Parts: sequence; structure tokens; C-alpha cells
Amino acid sequence: MLNNFLTIQQILEGYKSKLFSPKEVFDTFYDRIKKSDPLIKSFITLCPKDSLKIGGNSVPVAHKDIFTTKDIKTTAGSNILKNYIPPYNAVVVERLNKEGFLSIGKLNCDAFAHGTTGENSDFQITKNPYAQDRTPGGSSSGSAAAVSAGFIPVATATDTGGSIRLPASFTNTVGIKPTYGRVSRYGIIAMTSSMDSIGHITKTIWDNAFVLGITAGFDEKDATSSRNEKDNYLSGIEKGISKLKIGVPKEYITSLGAELKARFVQNIKTLESLGAEIVEVSLPHTEYAITAYYIITPSEISSNLARFDGIRFGKTRDYFGEEAKRRIMMGTYSLSAGYYEDYYLKAQKVRTLVINDFKNVFEKVDALVAPVFPSIPPKLGESITDPVKMYMMDVLTVPVNLAGLPALSVPGGFVDNLPTGIQFIGKHFNEKLLYRVGRAFEQKTRYWEVFPSHLDSFGV
Amino acid sequence: MDIMYEPVIGLEIHIQLNTKSKMFCSCSNDIWKKSPNSVTCPTCLGLPGALPVPNESAIRKTQLLGLSLNCKLNKTSSFARKNYFYPDLPKGYQITQFSQPLCVNGFLNTSFGKVDIRRIHLEEDTGKSMHTKEGTLLDFNKSGVPLAELVTEPDIKSAEQAVELGRKIRELARSLGVSNADMEKGNMRLELNISLRETGSQELPKYRVEIKNINSFRFLRNAIVYEIARQEKILNAGKVVEQETRGWNEKSKKTVSQRKKEEEYDYRYFPEPDIPQMEFSDSYIANLKKDLSKTMSGKAENVPEGFLSEPKELKEKVEYFITDEKELSKIINKIIAENPNPVLDYKAGKQGVLQFLIGCVMKETQGKADPKVCSAIFLNLL
Repeated sequence: MLNNFLTIQQILEGYKSKLFSPKEVFDTFYDRIKKSDPLIKSFITLCPKDSLKIGGNSVPVAHKDIFTTKDIKTTAGSNILKNYIPPYNAVVVERLNKEGFLSIGKLNCDAFAHGTTGENSDFQITKNPYAQDRTPGGSSSGSAAAVSAGFIPVATATDTGGSIRLPASFTNTVGIKPTYGRVSRYGIIAMTSSMDSIGHITKTIWDNAFVLGITAGFDEKDATSSRNEKDNYLSGIEKGISKLKIGVPKEYITSLGAELKARFVQNIKTLESLGAEIVEVSLPHTEYAITAYYIITPSEISSNLARFDGIRFGKTRDYFGEEAKRRIMMGTYSLSAGYYEDYYLKAQKVRTLVINDFKNVFEKVDALVAPVFPSIPPKLGESITDPVKMYMMDVLTVPVNLAGLPALSVPGGFVDNLPTGIQFIGKHFNEKLLYRVGRAFEQKTRYWEVFPSHLDSFGV
Repeated sequence: MDIMYEPVIGLEIHIQLNTKSKMFCSCSNDIWKKSPNSVTCPTCLGLPGALPVPNESAIRKTQLLGLSLNCKLNKTSSFARKNYFYPDLPKGYQITQFSQPLCVNGFLNTSFGKVDIRRIHLEEDTGKSMHTKEGTLLDFNKSGVPLAELVTEPDIKSAEQAVELGRKIRELARSLGVSNADMEKGNMRLELNISLRETGSQELPKYRVEIKNINSFRFLRNAIVYEIARQEKILNAGKVVEQETRGWNEKSKKTVSQRKKEEEYDYRYFPEPDIPQMEFSDSYIANLKKDLSKTMSGKAENVPEGFLSEPKELKEKVEYFITDEKELSKIINKIIAENPNPVLDYKAGKQGVLQFLIGCVMKETQGKADPKVCSAIFLNLL
């Protein structure tokens, strides 16, 4: 068993210099999962190690359980798909497989990705590796927890209203929400078709940029995927941020608790010490974004879940969980005759205002920096009883989704020994700049090297 | 003495397009006599995670059909979701068009008069249900087949006119090569809306009866004749005709009530988020018109009478655009040489002179030059 943390970069360098073999790497990860996942509960399905073709430059990956994987059970965290085995792979899964990333299992999430704490999963509640009485964030709860706990170096995930950035910020990991259309949605169980962004979670910026280089790019099976050439995300990543203009949207700071505000201010100082020019900016329609989001999202959900009728696959509708039913009802209502103009159409108009806010601001700055969540990761059980309180947790993440912009959540330091995050927001298709900023920040602060304590038992 | 009534009829015609693949996936569109559920994929089965990608050929064929029926082609067009539940509708919604169809405001001449065409839009077909004693069997081979839906205004006044219109559209679809339009194979399906009003009244009746299950022109004629008589009897008895959906029953030679239609079902239409809006350029539409003229010119004797009201007019429309840059550059250089003062004015900042210069080119080419291309060449040269 190997006793370093094992990022993708370390693994590939280890193979190159013959420090260790792929078999040893996979053994290490499987041992950790076997020992500690009964506590963390991040995996729904773990593939048998001997079913994998380990060799060459194989690196383990696991997928959020809304990614369809051929012949591997895919549940979306819901009882409806408890025994569903897809006949095909998502395009992202195929692209990763081709580059040597072997799928070792499927990760827990809120059912159909509806949730912010992971507590809406129909199967199990994933724990935060840094504090097991707290949420790792959602809806990509299993993805964030598994990477954070050292079970895999990379996990795929999706961000429709913050579901990558929020869990990354709660678990001291790096999460990318790419530009909408940058990564193919084909084979990802749809939530909000006009906002679902396909990303991933890693421990480091280098790892994250490396993986985006594999998953990004036009896909002819997804009519919303962009024909823009993808960048080489690793080249120039060490360039630094001297003279870069980074905006702080003032509307994002007002809801911060005192400790989170102090942490954020400290992080801004770090950016300044790295040479960036920090500018205060305004996104005036921020307060309306969450409402527009929670009208558009249930509307599209109510249509996207209609295919789960139990006829061709899966169980019947009485197996939908509470949150799914709630969103189906809300969405059907907003789209109904007599209400469509007042709700759905109006929400889309507000969406345009949010998009214009960002457009205006990006004429003055190169990127934005903002907090991801107003306080420390909540305790499990705290938010689940109040759906609206749960929705409000997305207030700092959803505006980016309405506008389709890319955003990167990076470890932002600890409060009360609990992880917090910081997000960098960029212009459309400008993930390359975000990685540059993230890398400079990461190298200076090195927050990612504070591992959860259970890893001590692995000699890490 | 009985009041005299006249029928008010509108037709809805679904035409299966003969593209190579289905509407939103790359499955083969050749499904005739294939074993059930053998021509499917994640997209037309509505499996989780699957996405639709529009078939460009289906879009073109629909637009050709529209052009040949004198429709205006919308330069911006989009797909929409029509949400309802039925076992043969795998996604629980049909991808169709709602507020921005491909073609609008056309017409067709018949020997009984002109019939306006409200719209022609593009959508996907559903699967097939077969009801047996043991239960209902579902075959999804037909799911995702491209359908052009043509809707007429309620301008049809008789069974004969309806049949003539149906026949002409079938011939048109075949001549254009967009569909086999074989009603026995289900390539072309008819539905009609029929009501009665007092003869001479200009108002639309306050009710509509929808008739489905019409699989041939003979059924169409018989159904209309039957319905006129049925509705006349009700109205003459001083009663109100119920708004409903009825099916033609060939055995009993009657229309039979299927579903009451007191209120319209709420399909909760909204724009399809998985497919971006389509934009059609002027040159794309011009090329379509050229293709149409080529297709029809070789088949003049097959074109039904009155179908293209002014075949010459269409030919002229197609030759309107000279887009060849070399050809136009020659003419434009001539115009520039012949008009030294206006050119100086333009270079001095008088932007409006550009229009005058383009006008000279139009005169020179008898109005056939493409003004957009001219503008670009002028801007380049000046």
C-alpha cells in the first residue's frame, strides 16, 4: 500500500519514474475505500477490482451516479432507478476511459441531483470527511467526499445551481463548473437542461485542468455543446496573476457571517499579494437570481422526469422521493396555462437581466472572486426539514448557472477546523484563466495539504 | 322549414418524411415491416441521459414543402416540448414546434377555390400501441420518425374539396421527393375539424368536432358526408352539437364518439432547451428556392393544376439573386468608373451614396443582383 496522497499528477509521475505500478495504485485506493467508506458512505456501487483492465497508465475515476455507465448500475440516487443498468456510456465516461481513466464505481448524490446537502439521496447519507456529523455538500455529495477522503483522485460531478462548487468548498477540494456547453451532456441524467454543467472534483488545480482537457470539446450527440475549440488548460498555468483585474461583487458579501467574511478578506489580501488588482463591482440583480432559478429549474425538471413512467425501465412513479415530487408539482404549476407568463416567462426575463449584469462587469475586470457559501458546512439534519431554507443555500452559486459562465471553487482555508471555499468566475469559455488564478492562489496558500484526520491511519 | 347549413372544414395532415434517419437520432428511418423494437436507440427510446439532435434533411424537406405551397419561411424557428402522458410517448413529451414553426401563411388552389394554409411544422412521431386481450404491446420503431404537420385554415367547404386538397398535397409530397405519402403505410395521416354554420354566415361556428382515424380518401369523403348529416340533424332539432373527438368506423360507416373536448388539454408548451434556436440566412432560403425550381421543372406535367398558381413567378423569384462575386465585381467596377462624383462623395463620408450605387447595379442587372453581396463588394473596393 502506498502512503502518499496520490494526485493524478503524482500517479502519472510515479508510473513514469517506475516508483510504483498501476496495480499498486488501485490496491491502495481500494484498501482505503474498504476501510473508511463504511463510515463516509460515498459509494453507491463499487466495481470488483478484478473486473478492471488495469495496466499502462490507468488512473481510477468514479462517477456521480447520474452519469450513465454501460453495464454498471446507475441509480441517480433514486429508488426509481434502484436496479437500472444502462445500455450505453455517457460521452464523458467514454472520453475518460479512452485516456486510461477506469471507472471503479458510482458515487452517491441527492436523488436526481435535487439538493444541497446530499440528504435527499434515497439510499444513504454521505458524511463530510473533515467532520462526520456535517454535510459534505450536495448534490455531488459522494463525489466531493470520495476525493476529499483520498478514495479516488478524481470524481465526475455536475453543477446546475452550485452542486460542484458547494461540496468542493465544504470538503477542501477543487471543483470546476465549466461553461455551459463546454462539456457534453449526452448520457448525463438531465435535471435543468438549460443549465446542467458537466464537471469534476480533484484535490489540486493541476489535476483539475488536466481532466478538463479530456472531457471538454464539441460532441455531435449534444446539440447544445459548443463548437468553440477547447483550450490547453495546463499551458501557462504557472503564469501568475500579476496585473490581473479581479472584481469582488459587493452583493455577494452582505450575507456572510463574521468568520466567513474575515476568511474571505484574508483570501483577497492573498490575491493582492500575488499582484492582482482587486476592484469592487456590482451585480445589481443578484437578489432576484435565486427566485428565477427556482422557477426555471422545477419547470424543466417536471418535463425531464416525465420519462420515468416505469414502462420501459425503472420503477413506477410512486417511488419518487419527496423533493422530486415537490419540484415536479412546482414545475408543472409554473408551466400551466394561465401561469406560464407570470412565472416561467418572467423568470427567463430576469435571467436575461442577470446575464447582462455579468456582461457589464466583465467589460471592467478579467475575472470575479466570491465566496461560495455564507457559513461553515451545516450539520446533518439541520436543513432537511425546511425545503425553502435549503433552496436559499444556493444564493451565491446560482447566478453563474443562469448566465452559463464557468466558475472554479478552490480551497479557501479553515474556520473552526472546517473547510471553506472561494470561487473564481470567468467569462464564457475562459476556464484557462480561472485555472491560472486558482493555481497561483493554491500554491501560495497550500490549504489542500490539510488532509482529513483518518488519512493518518494510512500513513499519508 | 329547415335552415340551410354549410360545412366549415379544416384539415390537419401529418406527412412522414422520407429522410435516411429519424428526426432526432441516427436510427434508420426505414422501419416498414421491421421486427418490433429493433430500430431504436437511447434517444428515440427516451432513456435517461439521451439527447435530441435535429435532422437537417427533415428541416429542408419541410421547408421545400412549405415553399411549394406558397408559405413564408420563418428566418428564426425553434422546437418546443408538448407535455402529456401516453405509454407510446417515451419521454412524456413530444418535441414539436409551437410559436415559431418553419413555414406559415401559404395557400393551395383547388377547383372549388383557394384554401389557406396556416402553418407547416416539424415534429417527431410516437411509438405504436397495439391493444390485445393480454394487454397493450408497445413498439418504439416509429418513435422519432420525422413528421411534417400541415394545418389548413377552415376554408374547406365540401367533402369533394377536402379530397381534392388531400390528393394534391399527396402528389406534391411525392413530386418533391419528401415523402412516399402512402396512406396504407401510414406515411400520410389525415384528421379533420368540421362544424356547420348557417349558409352565408361569415362567422366561425362556436364549436368544432375533430374526426380521427381516417386512413384513406374514401374514408375522408364518407366521414365528412356522414358528419354533415349528423350535425345537421342535431341543429335542426334545435340542439347544440357537442364539442368532441370522434373516430371514423369503417365497419358501421359512422363516426363514433371517442373523447369529449369541452376544454383544451393543457400541454404546457415551452421552448425545447436541448435544441438551440434555428436561424436561416437569406442565401440558405435562396438556395432552397433554386432547388425547388430544379425539382419541379423536370416534373411540370406531374404538377397538379393550380398547385403552383404562377410557376413563372416562382422561376423569376429564384433567378432574382445573382450572388456570384466575380460577376458582380465586374459590374460594380463598371459602375464605379461611370460614377466618379458619387464615389468621391461616399469616400468623403456621405454613407447614403452607397444605396445610390447599389441602385445603379440593380438597374444594370434588371433587379437580379443580390443587394447584400453588392454592398459587401462596394465596401471592400471603396
